[in-house]
Amino acid sequence: MKHTIIAAGVSVLAGAAYADTPVLTVYTYDSFVADWGPGPQIEAAFEETCGCDLQFVGAGDGAALLARVRLEGSRSDADVVLGLDTNLTAAAAETGLFAPHGLTPEGLTLPITWDDDTFLPFDWGHFAFVHRTDLDNVPGDFEALGASDVRIVIQDPRSSTPGLGLLMWVDTAYGDAAADVWAALADNIVTVTPGWSEAYGLFLEGEADMVLSYTTSPAYHLIAEEDDGFAAAAFSEGHYMQVEVAGVLAESDQPDLARSFLDFMLSDGFQSVIPTTNWMYPAALPADQLPDGFDTLTVPDTSLLLSADDAAARRGAALDTWQSALSQ
Amino acid sequence: MAVRAQPISWLHWAGAAAAALVLLAILGPLVTVALRATDATTLGAADWAAIRFTLFQAVLSAAFSVALAIPVARALARRNFIGRRLFVTLLGAPFLLPVIVAVLGLLAVFGRSGWLNSVIQGLGQEPIEIYGLGGVVLAHVFLNLPLAVRLLLQGWLALPAERMRLATTLGFTARDVRRHFERPLLRDVVPPAAALIFLICSTSFAVALILGGGPRATTIELAIYQAFRFEFDLARAALLGVVQVGICLAAGILAYRIGRVVDFGTGLDRQALPWPGDTMGHRVADGAAILCAAAFLVLPLLAVVLQGLPSVWGLPMLVWEAAVRSVLLAVLSAMGAVALAFPMALLIARNARSAGLELVGMLGIAVSPLVIGTGLFIVIVPFADPTALAFPVTGLVNALISLPFLVRALVPAIRSAEATQGRLADALGLQGMSRLRHAILPRVRRPLGFGAGLAAAFSMGDLGVITLFSVPGEGTLPLEMYRLMGSYRTDDAQGAALVLMGLTLFVFWSFDRGGRVHAAT
Repeated sequence: MKHTIIAAGVSVLAGAAYADTPVLTVYTYDSFVADWGPGPQIEAAFEETCGCDLQFVGAGDGAALLARVRLEGSRSDADVVLGLDTNLTAAAAETGLFAPHGLTPEGLTLPITWDDDTFLPFDWGHFAFVHRTDLDNVPGDFEALGASDVRIVIQDPRSSTPGLGLLMWVDTAYGDAAADVWAALADNIVTVTPGWSEAYGLFLEGEADMVLSYTTSPAYHLIAEEDDGFAAAAFSEGHYMQVEVAGVLAESDQPDLARSFLDFMLSDGFQSVIPTTNWMYPAALPADQLPDGFDTLTVPDTSLLLSADDAAARRGAALDTWQSALSQ
Repeated sequence: MAVRAQPISWLHWAGAAAAALVLLAILGPLVTVALRATDATTLGAADWAAIRFTLFQAVLSAAFSVALAIPVARALARRNFIGRRLFVTLLGAPFLLPVIVAVLGLLAVFGRSGWLNSVIQGLGQEPIEIYGLGGVVLAHVFLNLPLAVRLLLQGWLALPAERMRLATTLGFTARDVRRHFERPLLRDVVPPAAALIFLICSTSFAVALILGGGPRATTIELAIYQAFRFEFDLARAALLGVVQVGICLAAGILAYRIGRVVDFGTGLDRQALPWPGDTMGHRVADGAAILCAAAFLVLPLLAVVLQGLPSVWGLPMLVWEAAVRSVLLAVLSAMGAVALAFPMALLIARNARSAGLELVGMLGIAVSPLVIGTGLFIVIVPFADPTALAFPVTGLVNALISLPFLVRALVPAIRSAEATQGRLADALGLQGMSRLRHAILPRVRRPLGFGAGLAAAFSMGDLGVITLFSVPGEGTLPLEMYRLMGSYRTDDAQGAALVLMGLTLFVFWSFDRGGRVHAAT
């Protein structure tokens, strides 16, 4: 407690003009700042060169992060928000709380082109159904999955970003036929969880054969647990992407520092930390620099991603389709 | 109930102040959230479906919990056996567990790869499937049956042993006991217990969704979550919050109408053994009730222990730091709850027309932690750094949530203390503080300890409020557990879950035991 009060006091002092060390406050999601997450290493690397004090503040998950920034509005202490995804950026941009990043990113290794002038990507992943390698007859697309008796556990799109990702995945791949796909999937879905953690926990407990996660999930088991018994199913429709982004707040009292942080975000010092701490693909690191083990992962042939505006526009109808198909 | 004019009006003022504070702390955030909303809103079809499902599953859950609790509580009241005390303490455990831990424990027993299905499949039968309404009710009964048993057991233990001995002398049969003692007793304790459990289940979110098997099982709390987190529709979040409060008031009023306060007179607080009209059949039935309840409640807990044990010693340091923080928070929260509940309960006990006050006490359980947390956040942000206030705010909110239990437990105890010791205290001229200390407190220790233990345990498991206010490196144990889970570290998360369960039980036991020092049961 005392530390918090002192830290808060320090940040107030440091924010004043006469302070020696400027403080850069970055709001992000919880797992980013965990001891085993990317936060601590990135903080050390950036502070080596910036002559500043970088402070990460964890604020729940991606959706909670945006809600918190909106609640604080222009009074927010945050300079940078890191960890929104493209399903949230349209809503985030609409608040008017974010400023253009003003940078020309180079060396991006995303499978898509990037032309958002408010948000910059720092990592990305493909959603995928993860299973144990001893699963027989792994389905190769949604129709095969719907026709099979494979049991899956998914997340609720109303409370979870991967759940929302799956919703947009089916919507992008099938359009008007999405309702039929969901209807076919209904008897495969063991249950719907509020978030990723619960779903993955149920899967590991043996409640389901497959769980909606990322193609990079098997890398965790392989590298951190030396267990090669997990794989991600490749779907022929292509895989929907999650691109995680950061943006500078318009009311930041350290706009230059904030921009230099975004610049640093796309450099090696940040990017090389991502794969084995956040278990995602870095947004600007050539494939040959990825750690051993990443070469074993499923790489989808086709990447699907709606633009931020399209994602925002289609969400409501897609959600209704999902809800009515699964409530039968 | 006899109401006598007591010249200890400062206690009344304290009670009124506590009630006002509670009302402000609960309704203030709701109003704040509503005021921040920019657009007016109405409830859509999906919201109404959520409200219907919420009510339906909560009614079923409360009915099953209380109905199943009756034989167990009666068996515990009329039997004494080795391990009885341990069993009564363990009864606290499921209720106090963070939801996801309880769910994983349940699934280890009832899930597809669970113990029960291994047995069933070993016998060559089709595995059972628990997802659906049945799963929701099963989980809610698992979580709340113990609470129901504790609440009902207190009713049975309030039967003076002297009365029961008299009944034995008069040759009461089991039927006579039912008619003269148990039915009036149940009429007294069942409605409020059922109302409490109904309210707990009506704010359920993760259990209903995970075990309900899909969007059919959407509750109001999930709709609030969606409105707030994904749509940032504060108006709808506030409106749904108001609906929750409305449901709470309706349930509270109903319970108050149905319930009857009974007075069995006084005794020396001893367990009445042997029970009047006892037969061999009763003994067998009681044994079966206790064994079934023990198996149902203990097996999932055992699963949590077995899964967590291998990784407990290797847990990262920050889990232990978080554990210390959580225990401190729990104690803070328990003290806050007692400070609010005791004066309120005194005021309610002394005032025959106190239904309104009791409802204020009940509100805490009905308000979405998300709405209350958001409201407090909006209030605090202009004045202070909310993360610096994470501790007191979490303590306060959890004190509010546990208030209903404390008030519920304290009021009858204070009434009976006044009824039995009041005249003697009057004769001795005991007033104010000394009356409290000598006449009231010794007789309310048990419910006070029980309620404070619940308050402490609630905040040990808190995840609702702390997430908005938390700072890295300052997380509580459940928060760290979720962070571990969210980073694939399932083994460590299970270890942390075991630590959490152990500490929560220990904290609860310490308070509960403290309240029962010198008591025979």
